[in-house]
Amino acid sequence: MASPTQATGGFGWQIEDLDTDEMILNMGPQHPSTHGVLRLELRTDGEVVKAARPHIGYLHRCFEKHAENVDYPGVIPYTDRLDYVASMGNSLGYALAVEKLMGIEVAPYVQTIRVLMAELQRIASHAVAIGTYGMDMGAFTPFLHLLRDREKILDLFEWTSGARLLYNYNWIGGVSYDLPDGFARACRDFLDEFERITHPELMDLLIGNKIFVKRTAEIGVLPIEVGIAYDLTGPNLRGSGASYDLRKDEPYCGYETYDFQVCSGQGRYGPVGSCFERNWVRALEMAESVKIVRQALDRIEKMEHTPVQEKCPKRVKPPKGEVYFRTEAPRGQLGFYVVADGAGVNPYRVRVKSPCFTAMGVFHVLAKGMLIADVVALIGSLDIVLGEIDR
Amino acid sequence: MDFAALHARLAARFGDKLVAVSAEALNPWIVVAPEAIVEVAAAAKDDAAFAFDNLMNLSAVDYPKENPPRIEIVYHLFSYQLRHTLVLKVHVPREQPVVPTVEGVWPAANWHEREVFDLFGVTFTGHSDLRRILLPDDWQGHPLRKDWVDPDFYNGLHVKPPTQMAERVAAGEPLGVGPFDQTPTNRHVE
Repeated sequence: MASPTQATGGFGWQIEDLDTDEMILNMGPQHPSTHGVLRLELRTDGEVVKAARPHIGYLHRCFEKHAENVDYPGVIPYTDRLDYVASMGNSLGYALAVEKLMGIEVAPYVQTIRVLMAELQRIASHAVAIGTYGMDMGAFTPFLHLLRDREKILDLFEWTSGARLLYNYNWIGGVSYDLPDGFARACRDFLDEFERITHPELMDLLIGNKIFVKRTAEIGVLPIEVGIAYDLTGPNLRGSGASYDLRKDEPYCGYETYDFQVCSGQGRYGPVGSCFERNWVRALEMAESVKIVRQALDRIEKMEHTPVQEKCPKRVKPPKGEVYFRTEAPRGQLGFYVVADGAGVNPYRVRVKSPCFTAMGVFHVLAKGMLIADVVALIGSLDIVLGEIDR
Repeated sequence: MDFAALHARLAARFGDKLVAVSAEALNPWIVVAPEAIVEVAAAAKDDAAFAFDNLMNLSAVDYPKENPPRIEIVYHLFSYQLRHTLVLKVHVPREQPVVPTVEGVWPAANWHEREVFDLFGVTFTGHSDLRRILLPDDWQGHPLRKDWVDPDFYNGLHVKPPTQMAERVAAGEPLGVGPFDQTPTNRHVE
């Protein structure tokens, strides 16, 4: 068979002679694979993306302006709405930033509860990320299995805080409610099931699935230098081979005392930094989070239970100053830059550095030269939540 | 490298370009003259003793009550190689906030600077794509400035809470009533 560039048939045409039209293709804001309201402007030549331009802001809710008009504790419900798939991590980051500004050190019991909640939230968040990614790639079943297990985590959260999605749980100097009686047992039941059934199933059915690997392991390769230059963090950067995790490298909440591994991409099925690697890191991190939750539960059973709002200040009024504090949220490093003027009870300025925002900033680099169908795979693997990008 | 050593090394090279310094702050910072920020940023990235390969955060804070009134651009730097951090600041006047872009040093600055342009109205000279990013392209003004007043209408639609609007109409302000008021002054002109 003649190669397509050689003359074929009697007409003697070559592929270079064919006129192709460049077309602007608008993907979104209502496209199901954009995981929210994101519009991608793609300049395409046939199926190939020549240039891409993301348009964000459809979900802008003026978080930073609102934060200047409420008092410090009043910002916490708003932080829940940033990354609504992983609310616990957001309020934790904000609470820690303000605590650092005020010099509050919470009790070990509260710290352990916070770690427990943050890691359960990480499992739930990665479950959504991997599940929807599988669905983007055409695998519907893993999504159902993972959402089933996420539901169990949400039940635990509901039992503790009264809410299933937006918890308002981490307060400045404490948490809103103590763990209910029997929480450890229920949580262990969930962990046992997750570890015995769901996680092996996930690794076998989706992550180790040959179709899934073939579909994702060669595309969207992010070199580690590009990742650092564009400030990608979390699983996105670890997928490129970095082993940087704030829980290990700049520990907060006593993470340094827990025994867990930092997972990073190994390039087992293709180049390091591909779409597959990012999801692989997420899948392994779920198992690591299970380990941390188990250790936290063991500690909670042994340690002294102090009142959870013992250190909550009656009036939150930090001295004049500013702090930039970052935590390892499920999607990467979530930074809160809080400026206090020392005069009012409202923050002078709250700035959120969202990991999804910077992940979207590298999109045009990665999407260039891709097929349109692979763009869907790329967005899913970056694991963006538009609530956090647009704030 | 700790902050004192970082500052000493930067001061040896840039001297009078470093306007102010605070070593006592929770995140110690250095204020750099606006015209020197690109040089300082490039040195912070390329000098092997600094190796600030990562821009963690870029934001701005508005200080209208300071004398003179200013907007601060804040750069939070981090080095993956050496694991140290540094905060650089640039003070620009509120009336004409102009600062050169550091997009060429850290590409991550591109979107952050667009956001600061959008919400604070700071112009970054040399930026490759300085457009609004979060707000609509036809938006007027820069909401994160402290003297921002919410507009009554956007494209002919009321954007204030209806109760507040009703009170103002009752007080005699010519605002019209209802969400789709079509008096000529309120209608969006194409």
